[in-house]
Amino acid sequence: MQFYHRTEGALMTDRIADIFGTRTPHAKGTVWPARVDQHLDPGVEEEAVDSWVQSACLLCSNGCGLDIAVKDGRMVGVRGRATDVVNHGRLGPKGLYGSTRWASADDRLTRPLVREGDRLVETDWDTAMGRIVERSKALLEEKGPLSHGFYTSGQLFLEEYYTLAVIGKAGLGTPHMDGNTRLCTATSAAAFKESFGADGQPGSYTDIEHCDALFLFGHNMPETQSVLWARILDRTRGDDPPRVVCVDPRRTLVALEAERTGGVHLAPRVGTNLALMNGLTRELFVNGWVDQDWVDAHTIGVDDLRSTVEPCTPEHVAEICGVDADDVRRAARIFGESDGVLSTVLQGFYQSHQATAASVAVHNLHLLRGMIGRPGAGVLQMNGQPTAQNNRECGADGDLPGFRNWDNESHVKELADAWDVDVMTVPHWAPPTHAMQIFSYAETGSIGLLWISATNPAVSMPESARIRKILGGDQCFVVVQDLFLTETAELADVVLPAAGWGEKAGCYTNVNRTVHLSEKAVEPPGEARSDLDIFLAYADAMGFTNRSGEPLIGWRSPEEAFDAWAAVTAGRPVDYTGLSYAKLRGPTGIPWPVNDEHPDGTDRLYADAVFPTDTDYCETYGHDLATGGTVTETEHRAMAPAGRAFLKGAAYTPPHEEPSAEFPLRYTTGRTVYHFHTRTKTGRSRDLDQAAPDAWVELSPADAHERGIEEGDWVRVTSPRGAIEVRARVGNVMDGAVFAPFHYGHWEPGSAPGGSHADADRRLANELTMTVWDPVSKQPAFKTAACQVTRVRAGDGPSPAPTTAASAPSPDHDFPLSRRPRATAGGGPTSSTEPAATPHYPLDPALDSSEGGR
Amino acid sequence: MPHLTTYLGLADHSEKTLAESLRAVADGHARVADVFHTCRMLADWSQANREALAPVVERYGEADVEEPERLHAAGLAGAREGEVGLLRDLQDLHVLATLVQTTWTVIAQGAQGLRDPELLEISQHAGAQTSRQLTWLTTRIKVAAPQALIVAP
Repeated sequence: MQFYHRTEGALMTDRIADIFGTRTPHAKGTVWPARVDQHLDPGVEEEAVDSWVQSACLLCSNGCGLDIAVKDGRMVGVRGRATDVVNHGRLGPKGLYGSTRWASADDRLTRPLVREGDRLVETDWDTAMGRIVERSKALLEEKGPLSHGFYTSGQLFLEEYYTLAVIGKAGLGTPHMDGNTRLCTATSAAAFKESFGADGQPGSYTDIEHCDALFLFGHNMPETQSVLWARILDRTRGDDPPRVVCVDPRRTLVALEAERTGGVHLAPRVGTNLALMNGLTRELFVNGWVDQDWVDAHTIGVDDLRSTVEPCTPEHVAEICGVDADDVRRAARIFGESDGVLSTVLQGFYQSHQATAASVAVHNLHLLRGMIGRPGAGVLQMNGQPTAQNNRECGADGDLPGFRNWDNESHVKELADAWDVDVMTVPHWAPPTHAMQIFSYAETGSIGLLWISATNPAVSMPESARIRKILGGDQCFVVVQDLFLTETAELADVVLPAAGWGEKAGCYTNVNRTVHLSEKAVEPPGEARSDLDIFLAYADAMGFTNRSGEPLIGWRSPEEAFDAWAAVTAGRPVDYTGLSYAKLRGPTGIPWPVNDEHPDGTDRLYADAVFPTDTDYCETYGHDLATGGTVTETEHRAMAPAGRAFLKGAAYTPPHEEPSAEFPLRYTTGRTVYHFHTRTKTGRSRDLDQAAPDAWVELSPADAHERGIEEGDWVRVTSPRGAIEVRARVGNVMDGAVFAPFHYGHWEPGSAPGGSHADADRRLANELTMTVWDPVSKQPAFKTAACQVTRVRAGDGPSPAPTTAASAPSPDHDFPLSRRPRATAGGGPTSSTEPAATPHYPLDPALDSSEGGR
Repeated sequence: MPHLTTYLGLADHSEKTLAESLRAVADGHARVADVFHTCRMLADWSQANREALAPVVERYGEADVEEPERLHAAGLAGAREGEVGLLRDLQDLHVLATLVQTTWTVIAQGAQGLRDPELLEISQHAGAQTSRQLTWLTTRIKVAAPQALIVAP
């Protein structure tokens, strides 16, 4: 089906300089116009592409549908899919420039490695897998399954998570399985479970087209999901635009848009989110903006919530958060008086103090106003990673497959029956072990085999000096499977070369519940194997069987794994039973639930205001938000939630580490638009690498001046746990706050394995962060450390920070000529084409009420 | 009301013991980040219960509990080591918190008999906070137990 015609001479754009591309503004309630973004490697003409292979972008959680260009057996570029509901053809800078380059990098792992003394040496698969199996069997014999731990990712495919979940839960029987999703998205899942009874994104991206106000809570969307932000800009620059409210300690592009649209920028002190949320909630109560009838019919807990927030007057909030009391009132009024509010939430809440309570508070605002389940009124709790949602669904992290409740014996029995194992095999005496606890067990040797897939904890976990010691020590045997010899792989006992995106088939699901199939486009290099094949090889070698004596894992191909997964989702909120590879080969990804009742998928949940809170159906009985203590089944049953949502509140408490005389500043970490995670892929794209080639730290003009620091000076940032030495950007953080990007470990693009530049050992942002986590979601707090910044030596130019987004130089600072930042630019040409007619988007609520865009 | 004052003294004293013991466990297991932070927070809750009770003690007077002496529980002087040590420490905290909780129950009953709404509200709120402490202790014990019993070095 052809929905558009390519025009002669499509618009060519440098998408490093122009992150979002040209605007396609449109009016409220109309379909977001399509625009097809494309990038091909230099020298590759479109006519020379051999084939285009269906997939979806894997470089952030937005999940843009795209096709991979293949030429001579290599991936040479990408093109957005105009017909996909997620992106309507658009791609962001990471997707355009970063999707394919890493695949042909000359430092790919192509053979397994095993440790011989202090060296890793190449070997064959039999030897490498033999070592793993030998250690695994010895540990099972000696200590049993609790000696095994698995730490995965937000970047594997659904089929791989599910297969590993069955291996871990039914083959070995260990509760120690988690992913780096714990660092990025655990609070999203936890907040859903506390409020609505189960995981599952209530809202939809189509809410953007219908809302009157947009609240972004701790969410620097222009850098974390740039295509979604483009979708918002097309509303705020069109007719009848929504007002934007931004909660962020930095003056991000979101903050600028808030100012432009007549909204509010609230910049609370790092670690004080819950105080602000309680203040906003109180305003809804005292101003009569609560939909009492709806609340009475569909929620539980309003009286307790009212009394919890009662002391939080705007003045009280202003004192704690360092914001203007009238700004709190204005923001609350926008929430209270708009017909449709869409809220989005991300790491500024998830990785900060009282994470779950603050994220649940966003739900409370929506529930109090009955603003959920209709176009333009919804919540998007975001994810950090492209397949994080699948780890939550499939149970290779701290959940059970299919959003089942570990504390509900009949839920566990459903799984045991599906896998044909005894129910006692499946650990369910407590929630599955969270990542920080897994690493603690590995630290003492209580876990003696830790298997890490597709993630780089040596760079990404808090207090990284401790993590390196755990991985490098003799007390625990470490297996790493990855594309490259990452900082983590360097410390492993066995390293397995994995096939990456485009080199294997599988599905994944974005923030918006939209499932995409990613087909295999090319062969993996050397002896690299798909993660699925690696897990299956381990299961074969271990000889896991079910009660009938058959192999525990009854599938070999990704499609068979998908079908097995879909079967265990029957009757659960995350229902995949109506999906198949054949169906997913259509024009667009499809949002779950997909079943007999919703054969074409579901745009938004809870349209009927019935929530999955029934005691026999829910994914959790809930927790005390302050302590993480679990609610019992009996207590839950006594509340008789029966489909009503929970309004849960908690009082603000100060963060675990407050500024002191020695460490007077508040340290926070985050992402730049040009990199993903520890740069394993994006660092290998020259366009992206050059846009943000090295670490930096952002200071406010006042804090820089006070310390004699000029733009580009080398500074030392110290916390009670460690220090980094990087260059300073005089930027847009609030006074008293310090921002550092978390992407930079010692690996340097272009250097030999293990090699890097002289300062690269001193730039890892997580040297400074704390080992502390939220009591409910167990997500580590990357954003609440105290620190000090001192000048080390003069720089020889501006800092390497980009000038394009939140890291832009401060407009209030007079930069000396030699330090004046140069505009970030230099991306290769990309084309953007607007189709003559807007494609048909199934489920899009605008279709009924408009002509369909421009 | 000699025995009410005995129980007011017992509440004050046992909350103090619990708070001190929570802090001892926090410090002793400082490397276990959630135990460290949560125990300190729960100690603050116990301290807050004592402060809420203070005006009532002022009103009724506090017996310096001689009788019944055997109700007093000794706190934890220091923390034990390792994963099994943590498990035992959490159990001891649970025992102490149970004494605190039943003490608040007794006082709440007394407050109803005395038709003293201030004391009733204080003791009910304090008892609810103690329940939350017990819930966390039970949750944490359940999580820690299998690994400590089966695999811990």
